[in-house]
Amino acid sequence: MRFLRRFFRRLSNLARGLNGDQRLREEMAEHLALQTEANLRAGMTPTEARRQAAIKLGATEAVREYHHAEQSLPFVENLVSDLRYAARSLFRSPGFALVAIATIALGIGATTAIYSVIDATLLHPLSYPQPEELVRIHDDLPGVGAKDVGMSIPELQDMQNSGIFEYVSMYGFGSANLTGAAQPARIAFRPVTPAYFAVLGVAPQLGRTFDPKDRTLGFNLEVVLSDGLWKRAFGADPHIFGKTLRLDNDVYHIVGVMPPGFRDQGQSNEERGTELWAAAGFAGDPAPPPMRSSRRALATMARLKPGLSMAAAQQHLDALVDSLKKQYPEEYPAKAAWTVSLIGLSETMVGNIRPSLILLFGAVATVLLISCVNVANLLLARASRRGREIAVRQALGATRSRLVRQLLTESLLLFILGGLTGLAILFSGRRFLLQFIPDSLPRLNDISISWGVLAFALIVSVAAGTIFGLAPAWLASRLDLTSTLRQEGRGSHGSQGRSRLRRVLVISELAFSLVLMVAAGLLLRSFWDLFQVQLGFNPSHVMAVQTWLPIPNDPTTDIYGTVAQESGLMREILRRNRTLPGVQEAAIGDLAALPLGHGRNDLNLVPLIREGLEARRDQVPRIDTAIVSPEYFHLLGMTLLRGRLFNDQDVADTPPIAVVNEAAARSYWPGEEPMGKRIRMGDTKPVWVTIEGVIADAHTESLADASIPQIYLSVYQRHSNDVTIFLRGQLDPAAIPAQVRTQVQSIDAELPVFRAQTLDDVLTSSLAVRRFSMELVASFAATALLLAGLGIYGTISYLVNEQTREIAIRLALGAQRSAILKMVLGQGLGMAAIGAGAGLAGALVVSHLMAGLLFGVSPTDLPTFAAVTVVLTSVALAASYIPALRAMRLDPIKTLHAE
Amino acid sequence: MKEKPDVLQGTLALMVLKTLDVLGAQHGYGIARRIEQISGDLLAVNQGTLYPLLLRLEHEGSIASEWGASENNRRARFYRLTATGRKQLQAEARDWEQTAAIIARFFKVKAEDLL
Repeated sequence: MRFLRRFFRRLSNLARGLNGDQRLREEMAEHLALQTEANLRAGMTPTEARRQAAIKLGATEAVREYHHAEQSLPFVENLVSDLRYAARSLFRSPGFALVAIATIALGIGATTAIYSVIDATLLHPLSYPQPEELVRIHDDLPGVGAKDVGMSIPELQDMQNSGIFEYVSMYGFGSANLTGAAQPARIAFRPVTPAYFAVLGVAPQLGRTFDPKDRTLGFNLEVVLSDGLWKRAFGADPHIFGKTLRLDNDVYHIVGVMPPGFRDQGQSNEERGTELWAAAGFAGDPAPPPMRSSRRALATMARLKPGLSMAAAQQHLDALVDSLKKQYPEEYPAKAAWTVSLIGLSETMVGNIRPSLILLFGAVATVLLISCVNVANLLLARASRRGREIAVRQALGATRSRLVRQLLTESLLLFILGGLTGLAILFSGRRFLLQFIPDSLPRLNDISISWGVLAFALIVSVAAGTIFGLAPAWLASRLDLTSTLRQEGRGSHGSQGRSRLRRVLVISELAFSLVLMVAAGLLLRSFWDLFQVQLGFNPSHVMAVQTWLPIPNDPTTDIYGTVAQESGLMREILRRNRTLPGVQEAAIGDLAALPLGHGRNDLNLVPLIREGLEARRDQVPRIDTAIVSPEYFHLLGMTLLRGRLFNDQDVADTPPIAVVNEAAARSYWPGEEPMGKRIRMGDTKPVWVTIEGVIADAHTESLADASIPQIYLSVYQRHSNDVTIFLRGQLDPAAIPAQVRTQVQSIDAELPVFRAQTLDDVLTSSLAVRRFSMELVASFAATALLLAGLGIYGTISYLVNEQTREIAIRLALGAQRSAILKMVLGQGLGMAAIGAGAGLAGALVVSHLMAGLLFGVSPTDLPTFAAVTVVLTSVALAASYIPALRAMRLDPIKTLHAE
Repeated sequence: MKEKPDVLQGTLALMVLKTLDVLGAQHGYGIARRIEQISGDLLAVNQGTLYPLLLRLEHEGSIASEWGASENNRRARFYRLTATGRKQLQAEARDWEQTAAIIARFFKVKAEDLL
């Protein structure tokens, strides 16, 4: 209490600038006068009287100082005066202040920008309550090399009853036709089991979500809308509850609307943009009956019981799996080795983006480091110019710690100003910057400058200011007083430590920028190689437009339910679209046939049963399957190697045939000819399909990997609900969507036509994240190189300055000017050599760490390393050349006179 | 700067308060002289340290000051005890006597008394 009261009094004294000093002085003077008088009366001489009075009163200055210290907060006072002094001295050298603040602003602004991306994606990818309790349940058959095979409905019930999870939900993703509005619209749609929203733990803004205890076998005919769809299609009708909508020709009741900020979880951006959820038990129409062996192509997620750790949950789950295997030995043969594993849901969201983001953060942190080093260098240079000032302060009795504190205050002020400037620029430019971030970055949260990000920026500023201000302050305060004062602060002993530190700083800058440049170079080469990859198909002048054939809940009402019915529609679509202006060729495929344009997901894979090899459809490899019309291969320019492609005579009632790519032939019939082999595709009806053709591998699934096994089936022999219309020719991308819509809807007005895109665009967007990180790392590397160049320029200039006298003497004694040039350049080259050596070693480590991000280029790619070293050395030489020239042109007579 | 031990500070404050209680309003020099007279040479206090103490006591409200004329007609600041100061003096005097009594007892005690 007492302490607190005293503190507040001191604080108020400080604030009011009050400390009674004036009064103290008056009173003591008064005292002195009275005592002197008394002494005089006692008979002393006036001098003696004053002397004795003063002795008796004691050291008045000490009393005053003591009083002052007691009445105020000396630490705060010193800080305030240091700050005031620092601000004044920064104002006095605006050039230095501007360069330093700009450099720091660049470093901290860029780091904060990347951190805000990481904060929204890696650190907080899920925006649901208690996200750590959310898990994906994955089940694999490692014995037959099948991953994420999906669960059957009885297995889902086992999970629900296991006691491990609070709620468990299965979900799919796809399209649905919303009809009844002006245009039939294709909606990103998720069929889910009723516990879906209970797992996520999100409440709707209107109405309710599904009842987790609902046991309807098929769809329960209730839907929940997203806020966006509610506003767009229903005008934000507040009385929406219970109203109906038509979805794939079935009538559903609207029971709830999700809140505006809600985004669905999911691996692809499309999934995260889901706008409509319908609940189903997946145990009745349109789903097949629930059998343990019939795995659904659906994902499963769950919320763990509160307080249960992931590891403990996994243990319980392993025990459950073991007991199920004993209970149903028929269903779970030892050979397939069924396993069920838990993965954090946030983990599945972040997925393969993590290494790219970590690389980016590493790169930007290096830029920050280099900019801090540069500022430290500037501070050192400034300290050497201020040697005299510091020496005078020291001569007047400033202790070393006091000097360090003052210099540190100055650098902290500089760094905090820089950090704030960086933040301000980031804040005002955030809209502009956000547009560069590819949509495919997985995130549910908006990237924004949150409190966490702000705190990050401030902490980084203060930490950097302390770390990089301390060494220069320490060195600057270590002065040899006499020589500094005598030599006016030039060429003193103290500066030896400083120039050594400056050299070390520049060398480290060079090394760091070399590492960054190597990283950027390797990424650039990977990107270029990817860009130049021989695709195996020709994307130019091709547009893809999508439509969706509804799946009604009652299969008997499906007008496109049989292959024959669907074939009629497909032929008509093709015939009409061929007549569109500019169209030379037209083909049809399912969504999987759209090269690089469909999110690759293990759940999309189809079981492959090879005749004579596999008997059961639930323990077999899974393979990418595309359903295409005969024109597809020619339209995309894919090469037939052996056998034949589909033709118009392969129809529903002729023997079904398939075409495989070379990768499939290699993987599934190693050393054999796949032609003529028979397969089944996991249908419930046992239909054998004969392989009649082999095509060359193409990069249709992944730019980085051409050898992903593929099986193609004919659209006239196999049913598909997602339909992609491919058109080749001199097309007008702006006009095509409307033209195709007219043609398709003149056949069936209920069909939606959506997402028209050129294959070139698809290709570009599939490279978006790579391009983003490559461009960023490259610009970071360029910045680093620039900063390092400035650093070496500054240091060499400084060294030349220090050696002016020496150079002048050398010249006076007859040294060749070219020798002087060589000497100075040699110093720059020496630093560049050491920096490059250290940087190359670091770059080797870093390039191996980022090997996973590279394509077609080895982490030890010699040309990249060599080119980067050459670039760095030439920049170092160029930066040393200007001061070297100045040294060479020195006039010895003038210089020596001036000294 | 090191703070002086509280005991000494407290003692000096007590002396000042008591002086003002006994003699009424006094200026700084007067207080210093009284303390010197009463304690004799036993207390070698730098008289300068008195003034920060006076300032502090006034801040705390134990004493008040006003301008007045000294014996030889000089303008001087006169300090007097306030009601708070009187209460404080009583309390501190009690405390002091208690402490002194305890210490005195310790000095009186002989080894055999404790057996």
